Amino acid sequence: MNAGMILTSLVDGLLIGVVYGIAAMGLNLIWGVMRVINLAHGALISLGMFGVYLLFSGLGLNPYLSLVLVALLGLLMGVLIYVIAIQRVINAPYLSTLLATFAINMIIIGLGTAAFTTTPRDIGFSLGNVELGPLTLQGTRLVAALVTLTVTAILYTFLYRTRTGKYIRAVSNNRAAAELMGIPSARILALSFGIGTMLAAIAGGLIATFFSFTILSGDLYQQKSFIIGVLGGLGNPLGALVGGLILGVLEGVLPLTMPNTWVPVIEFVLFIVILLVKPSGLLGGKK
Amino acid sequence: MKQWLHPGFWLTLLIVLALGLAPVFTRNAGLRETGFTILLAISMAVSLNIIMGYTGYVSFGHVVFYGLGGYTGMYLIDTWGAPLPLAVLGGGATSALLAFGLGKAILRLRGAYFALATIGVNEAVRTFVANFKPFGGPTGIELQFSVYKQYGGAADALWLTYYGVIAISVFAVIFSYYIKTSKFGLGLMSIREDEDAAEVMGVITPDAKTMAFVFSAFLPGMLGVLFFFKNGNVEPADAFRLGFSIESLVMIMLGGQGTLLGPVIGALGYQRLRGLLLTSDAMIGSLPLKDFQLVIAGLLMLVIILFIPAGLVGWLRQKFAFLRRILV
Repeated sequence: MNAGMILTSLVDGLLIGVVYGIAAMGLNLIWGVMRVINLAHGALISLGMFGVYLLFSGLGLNPYLSLVLVALLGLLMGVLIYVIAIQRVINAPYLSTLLATFAINMIIIGLGTAAFTTTPRDIGFSLGNVELGPLTLQGTRLVAALVTLTVTAILYTFLYRTRTGKYIRAVSNNRAAAELMGIPSARILALSFGIGTMLAAIAGGLIATFFSFTILSGDLYQQKSFIIGVLGGLGNPLGALVGGLILGVLEGVLPLTMPNTWVPVIEFVLFIVILLVKPSGLLGGKK
Repeated sequence: MKQWLHPGFWLTLLIVLALGLAPVFTRNAGLRETGFTILLAISMAVSLNIIMGYTGYVSFGHVVFYGLGGYTGMYLIDTWGAPLPLAVLGGGATSALLAFGLGKAILRLRGAYFALATIGVNEAVRTFVANFKPFGGPTGIELQFSVYKQYGGAADALWLTYYGVIAISVFAVIFSYYIKTSKFGLGLMSIREDEDAAEVMGVITPDAKTMAFVFSAFLPGMLGVLFFFKNGNVEPADAFRLGFSIESLVMIMLGGQGTLLGPVIGALGYQRLRGLLLTSDAMIGSLPLKDFQLVIAGLLMLVIILFIPAGLVGWLRQKFAFLRRILV
């Protein structure tokens, strides 16, 4: 094992970690604003993958252009899901929202399996490799990381520099008080769920550009999102990026020291330990 | 003693007995297989109801007890040549022990945090078992065919596991009812309504919650051994399938959480519907209806959650006052 190998694993891990981060950001935003754990997150990631795949291989659209379309569709779909499945139970005990989102997950996965079967798909798209000193990086991964960082910057600006963003933060902070201040909370909740879904779709679309996938793949990234969410602090969208980086580095470096199959064991044990010791996440944040 | 005269208890017990004994009297192997699936589902739902329905802690990790118990039992049979009843008890005991160890730690978490932690526990155990050499790693444990000889061959062994599952489901119903009507059960239900208030009133909540978790874990541990013994092999992906936990949750929601009859009716209804869909020849467009099994289950679940959150039994009890004396 030489220094170049370690460096490559590390940078690869960081690049993937950023993309995991954006998936987790969606989950975190939804949890932060409405205290809903979205169990349909994985299915929505899968839909993002298939969206980009179908637009690219069916219509020949550039994957990154497809991603914009997929993001918009994701936003609409999220709002729709919120109105149909979540609005009625948003104030019910949390079991209701857990199961409502899981029902959505079953419906999407069921329809997806009927339509696409579970044969692995590969988008077959490449941007070549980029040489940086001792490093050789896949072009698609590099671009994916750059897209993610751009989306994060836009999300940050939106949340902290616009009026609507301020509304979202207010509802997240205290819904009752926000309503008293005249904030249309029903619409803000729907929008937040839409944005969360959009982030899942973007993450899926980006992952599809460099990994093969099936309709069930999203589940794996949903679990990673849970781990990242807890690492970065549930409800803290930007902490998710840091959590994603931590997970990415772990996944890049741990396989160098142990068999690959032990990595998820470490990840899930870490997940439970952090939940127990500091449920607000490593980066703190309000409880 | 008065609680044992309640018609609701006898109604539930009779339903389970009738379901269980029908294949025994007809000696029909096909009916027995259906019966096994239904009784397994009933026992899983009834045991999950102890922690979820009575105590109000939603566990997505019920299958971890089923899987770990099953693995322990298979290991005892395969490596140590243990007889089935001992293996079944061993599986149950291991799961109860895991629940005891975990309970103290993760039951401190409330609400959705607890639900998340249970998902994490299931995945951690699954990925660990897939690496654990004595349990066969990723390929699991496969029983030698000769194991079944001491039970009079494979056919008799299948009947034996079936008697086992009848016994466990009958026990599950009696045990669940006993908890529900005991002082301990009253403590659990007060935790569900308001944990802080329960504590103030003198319920030692950490102990009560842990005991509820242990009681709810013991049964799936035993069921896992029976199922995988009947199956002949056990693999990590089958033993710790998160979907199985969630199916049990759905069954409880269908029937009505916190009731005795609810999980039984919910499990029966869910498995019946699933069986119907899987064997149906109907078509939707060019695709067979059975491809849409998951979609239909999802839609059904969504409708229940949005419109009848109390489940069938809960809804009946709310609507018709006289049923409150009959259904429990």
